Amino acid sequence: MADAVKEKRKVSEEPVHSAPPVTIDRTRDPIVVVDDLHIIYRVYGAGGKGNAASAFARVLRRDHRPTMKEVHAIRGLSFVAYKGDAIGVIGTNGSGKSTLLKAIAGLLPPESGGVYTAGQPSLLGVNAALMNDLTGERNIVLGCLAMGMTPEQVKSKYDEIVKFAGLKEGFIQLPMRAYSSGMGSRLRFAIAASKSHDVLLIDEALATGDAKFRRKSAKKIDELRAEAGAVFLVAHQLDSIREMCNRVLWVDEGRLMMDGDTDTVVDAYIEATGK
Amino acid sequence: MNGHPSLAEFATGYGLKQSAARPPLGSYIRQLWQRRHFIWAFASAKNIAMYTESRLGQVWQVLTPLLNATVYYLIFGLLLNTSRGLPHNTFIPFLVTGVFLFTFTQRSVNSGAKSVGDNLSLIRALHFPRASLPLAYTIIELQQLLVSMVVLFAIVLGFGEPLSLNWLLLVPVLIMQLTFNVGISLAMARVGAFNRDIQQLLPFVLRTWLYFSGIIYSLSGLMKSSKIHDHPWIGHILEANPAYVYVELSRLALLDSYRGYVHQKLNESTVHLWWYGVAWAVVMFLVGFWFFFRAEERYGRG
Repeated sequence: MADAVKEKRKVSEEPVHSAPPVTIDRTRDPIVVVDDLHIIYRVYGAGGKGNAASAFARVLRRDHRPTMKEVHAIRGLSFVAYKGDAIGVIGTNGSGKSTLLKAIAGLLPPESGGVYTAGQPSLLGVNAALMNDLTGERNIVLGCLAMGMTPEQVKSKYDEIVKFAGLKEGFIQLPMRAYSSGMGSRLRFAIAASKSHDVLLIDEALATGDAKFRRKSAKKIDELRAEAGAVFLVAHQLDSIREMCNRVLWVDEGRLMMDGDTDTVVDAYIEATGK
Repeated sequence: MNGHPSLAEFATGYGLKQSAARPPLGSYIRQLWQRRHFIWAFASAKNIAMYTESRLGQVWQVLTPLLNATVYYLIFGLLLNTSRGLPHNTFIPFLVTGVFLFTFTQRSVNSGAKSVGDNLSLIRALHFPRASLPLAYTIIELQQLLVSMVVLFAIVLGFGEPLSLNWLLLVPVLIMQLTFNVGISLAMARVGAFNRDIQQLLPFVLRTWLYFSGIIYSLSGLMKSSKIHDHPWIGHILEANPAYVYVELSRLALLDSYRGYVHQKLNESTVHLWWYGVAWAVVMFLVGFWFFFRAEERYGRG
């Protein structure tokens, strides 16, 4: 297995590094430093014929971990983010944007290199902690506790969350699987946005719900951004990137293509992808 | 790695910390303590969600152990007659106590092994000490045990065992067993997180453990009456088995007639079982916690 990793890395280093060298601005306080980061996912259950005979044959051939595939998602990425930065991350599907956010949050362990942060970066989102079989009420409590709030904090935020989600009368006592997809995502966003963070990481797909709720959530994100030390925003909507960010990272195939002020990078990205 | 060695120095120079690094043990335990409400809420939520699909709902929490005990009684009590000299009225409460308490440990091992793998999305979305997961799963099993305890008490009383002060001894026994279960569940969580195959293997291991632990027969009775009597070391090994220790101590606390049978008829002392119980609980907890903690930053990679 170690051989496979080595081989992969060799391949990844062959192409010319088009990424600009990292310049350090000594006059500003860094809040996130990403140093030559490599992330490799291991996916189980991929490939193979899926019957007992072929699996047994693989064992006999001594193929170690036959059904495991490795995905080299981030291939040597470096940059420095400073206090007060609002950084947009753009790139095509599968370029490694979401993986990068998870790595900054410390949720995906790096294969090599490192992510250094001041304070705790957090992804905006609690979907994974919520359970569809539980009522909205219980999910609010569970989600807030999962984000690290104390029971007192949950109590004080509870009404605000319910009001923000704007659910119809009585729905808060129903299990979440009875909600429409719009209602569910509204409640999820309301829970996630109830806590302020040191470094806020926002993945796309925030544009859920109707136009009114979208305006409401954009406003809420602005508030959160003001409270946070730095914000990373992953989005396909280049408009929202232009609106919210002062700096943009363009990521392609797990490498940094460009790092600079918003208009320069977005214009270059549009030119390259023909959007 | 060969790229920008100065970048890492620059970061640490400003006091930035590695975001995926394992915290020191002290602050890890503090974080875990801060998450106690989450652990409890998560366990309760899982417990509620577990039965929402079935019509009888929470009733299954009681029915499942009851049906289990019935099956064991039919096979081992009636068909195979493993009671070995235990009076009939003692054997049923003896069997049910054994099955219920062994199930607590068995299920903790099982769910501990799944606790990381089943919650990868949670691990990849939120920050919390990962030991919360196996802990929460053991709490789920504890909550289920407490429900089945009510059934157990009813059965024990129904078979004419007296309610005595000895029942209070069940509390320290359960605390020891819980501590042991947390430890083994933490250890299994790390093993299960990195070796998925273990889940296919566990049912066999656990069933073997069940048959060795004197759940469906009296081990002290067996040691007196069979060939094992000639090889006392086999008996000593079987007696040191943690599952046997906790089950036997619970029986001695709950069942007056069984206590009489062991102490008077077999003339056995059971004090050493308490020492085994304490030792297993402390050692398993410390080893399990340390073992799990050592891989903290690697959970979630898959």
